[in-house]
Amino acid sequence: MSALWIALIVLALAAGGYVLGRKRALASVGGNTRHLHSLPSYYGANVAMMAAVPALILLVIWLILQPMVLNRMVAPMIGSVAAGEAGEMSLVMSDVRRVADGLDAAVDQGVLSGAEARDMQSDSTDVRATLSNVGVALGSDVTAETLSAAQRYRALSSTGSLLMTVVVLAVALAGAITATLRTHRDFRARNVVEHGMRVLLIGAACFAILTTLGIVLSLIFNTVKFFNLYPASDYFFGLTWSPSFGGGSSLGILPLLWGTLYISVIALAVAVPIGLFAAIYLSEYATPRIRAFAKPMLEVLAGIPTIVYGLFALLTVGPLLVSVFGEGGFAGVGWMQGGTAVMTAGLVMGIMLIPFVSSLSDDIINAVPQTMRDGSLGLGATKSETVRQVVLPAALPGIVGAILLAASRAIGETMIVVLGAGAAAKLSLNPFEAMTTVTAKIVSQLTGDADFSSPEALVAFALGMTLFVITLGLNIFALWIVRKYREQYE
Amino acid sequence: MTDQTASQPSSKHGSLLAVDARTKKRNAAETRFKAYGIGALLIGLFFLVTLLTAIVSNGSTAFSQTYISLDVTLNAEKLDPNGTGDRDEIAKVTTLGYTQIIAEAVANTMAANEIESPLPAGALPLMVSASAAAQIRDTVLADPSLVGQTVTFNVLASSRVDGYLKGRVTRESLARDRNLGPPHLDIVDQMLDAGVVEKRWNLAFITGADASESRPEQAGIGVSMLGSFFMMLVVLFLSLPIGVAASIYLEEFAPQNKFTDFIEVNISNLAAVPSIVFGILGLAIFIQIMHLPQSAPLVGGLVLTLMTLPTIIISTRASLKSVPPSIRDAALGVGASKMQSVFHHVLPLAMPGILTGTIIGLAQALGETAPLLLIGMVGFIASNYPDGLASGFLDPNSAMPAQIYEWAKRADPAYYERAWGGIIVLLVFLMTMNIIAILLRRRFERRW
Repeated sequence: MSALWIALIVLALAAGGYVLGRKRALASVGGNTRHLHSLPSYYGANVAMMAAVPALILLVIWLILQPMVLNRMVAPMIGSVAAGEAGEMSLVMSDVRRVADGLDAAVDQGVLSGAEARDMQSDSTDVRATLSNVGVALGSDVTAETLSAAQRYRALSSTGSLLMTVVVLAVALAGAITATLRTHRDFRARNVVEHGMRVLLIGAACFAILTTLGIVLSLIFNTVKFFNLYPASDYFFGLTWSPSFGGGSSLGILPLLWGTLYISVIALAVAVPIGLFAAIYLSEYATPRIRAFAKPMLEVLAGIPTIVYGLFALLTVGPLLVSVFGEGGFAGVGWMQGGTAVMTAGLVMGIMLIPFVSSLSDDIINAVPQTMRDGSLGLGATKSETVRQVVLPAALPGIVGAILLAASRAIGETMIVVLGAGAAAKLSLNPFEAMTTVTAKIVSQLTGDADFSSPEALVAFALGMTLFVITLGLNIFALWIVRKYREQYE
Repeated sequence: MTDQTASQPSSKHGSLLAVDARTKKRNAAETRFKAYGIGALLIGLFFLVTLLTAIVSNGSTAFSQTYISLDVTLNAEKLDPNGTGDRDEIAKVTTLGYTQIIAEAVANTMAANEIESPLPAGALPLMVSASAAAQIRDTVLADPSLVGQTVTFNVLASSRVDGYLKGRVTRESLARDRNLGPPHLDIVDQMLDAGVVEKRWNLAFITGADASESRPEQAGIGVSMLGSFFMMLVVLFLSLPIGVAASIYLEEFAPQNKFTDFIEVNISNLAAVPSIVFGILGLAIFIQIMHLPQSAPLVGGLVLTLMTLPTIIISTRASLKSVPPSIRDAALGVGASKMQSVFHHVLPLAMPGILTGTIIGLAQALGETAPLLLIGMVGFIASNYPDGLASGFLDPNSAMPAQIYEWAKRADPAYYERAWGGIIVLLVFLMTMNIIAILLRRRFERRW
């Protein structure tokens, strides 16, 4: 039975339990609700909660654990044959799962009977052809080990599913029955239900912790695996980046970090002056009407997805820059070979960051008390002198924080650099040359049919870890600066 | 004394009424500073206008497509040599068998309109999309009685013909093209005059499926739109309840202690983690460890849920905070429990704000691309509509931004137009969602 159906049955049980619990509570006081400890609906809710919550949690955990356990159990069957490397192993296992799924599909469509699928031999039948008939395409012919492992996988998974159905439904029923039996006029149903809800609320709040934990663990485990295969010193201090899946690749992060930093610096050089001056103008000079028009317009830039900026860089800004700085271009310098370059990505990323800098700075400048401006203007300073000598110094920690946040955004930005910056990792000073970044390389190392246990794929996790640490560090640093140097007014 | 000090400055600095050099300088600095501000603002707005112009001017052409209307003689000798009229018999003729028929149809149509051609007959079908054969075959299979008749079909023109009509392809650019040459364009010009070739509204771009690399004229964004839709369902149904529950706990129940601080630090950090890192998380946890199907909208939805949760939690907490304490006090005063006061009074009052925040979070998730690249929602051709709910969640699909990325990566420039057009579709969705959010806020926002 599929998980969806089990969930629906459990929910139906809960709904039935609600009615039953309510009825039983009312019956225990002969219909006079005033003698009940709680409102009748709480008795119903108690039964429903006891029926649904533990059963559904069990269902989710089971669904997560079953494939892992099955893998463990089936793996030894092919372990001796195809193993050798962990990477081979995972490929074979995914083959096994595909064959098992294919057999399921064949049985569903009536091509094979259940018994045939169970007893099929790879030497007597052409498994690959049979499965391609039902729409499951296999990359290679099926070996005897794979087939028998797949059959075992299938048998185990159907046992597992059956067991899951029985156990989950039993838990739901048991919960419903205990709760129904406990329903009585003196049972403190509301307290129990509210306690249960509180636990659920705490559980929801813990999702944030779980997510962080998931990120950190998935990065750390794979990074450690990577450093077991590839020396850490070469990774951190290597000056070349040339992955080749045949082996013998050099995976130095420095060219990638250089590209990331170069692009981010250009982006900030575009975004910070424009964003800051726009914020100053909007908060100090603009009439309410201009402000009401211009501020949302700038924020539209922030709502545009990054893929749009990426395409804009690739197809509009890149060719435009080439026509100016390229061979035979407008400026006649011939610095630029192709449309994808540090300048292209940096410029477009700068545009993306303008609203980020401007709206954060705007908030901070607005938070500077009016009395300080009045004092400065009263002493005879002009408006610009007030801004430069009073408002900006007061707002400086906040503005620095905003710039650091923008920098962390720039370093973590992916789509613009994937489309606009190019693919070659270089240590060069020419901003019109194609370079690449940490994020772009994460994408290129993990997309495609890479084998997840080779250093060339695992390096993406190390890159991800580096990125995570850098952006986290910048964010914490930004918050620290804001807290440490913030002037407390009033 | 007073007379002296009053008279001295006037002798040193001149009259108050006449502007001295220093004041002039300060005023000039003031004007300059203000001009910088206006300049920055104008540059920002200029970028916005440029971006939108680029999108609209490059993308709007994707919504029209060139069609050729052909009188196709469905030759019975070729399609049904035995004259059985049986569907299975006709189905044996593959699309390859129809190319000859199309070549004849093109020649006939040209003859009917008195168009002379310097080209051999074999080169003529290059003007017609490779999808035409499948289109005609499907029509014949749907109605076998058509065999032997002459039927008028509106078939797609090939992407180069389409590009010529849209001004993307010129005679010079075709000089070294193997598929189509300048003579073809002369024919197209004459067919255009004869009304055989025309540009039409291209609904297939919005509803259709992606096509293989060689057929940009056939590609549409419909299937990946469904992929996005299923992902958004997952995001909505997971992130709204979890986000609201987490915010209620943090805002209404959580005691001031280390654990609560820890949760809050986690949430604010997650809000700043680059989206690509969430992709790595999805790849490692959902695909490598849990063995959920790769490229499935379910996995994409789960990753985007984790990414949107901080946004939703932050906005929900803000709107819970804006409900005045007097509401809670009044509810508690008439005997409600803490839980009842929150769920019966505070939550309904905060609902408009929560929904606004959720819609904005969803819009953000809808446009996100980077994590989807890592869980494999690109790199294949999303050509099948999902059949049913389960297949919608579990079968490999793409999503709108991932599809746009995929098109941008392809070599044929005809796909760039599709990518820009896809962006228009995506932006229309985002704009609708944001407008709904703004209307909700206007309609239900309450000032206490």
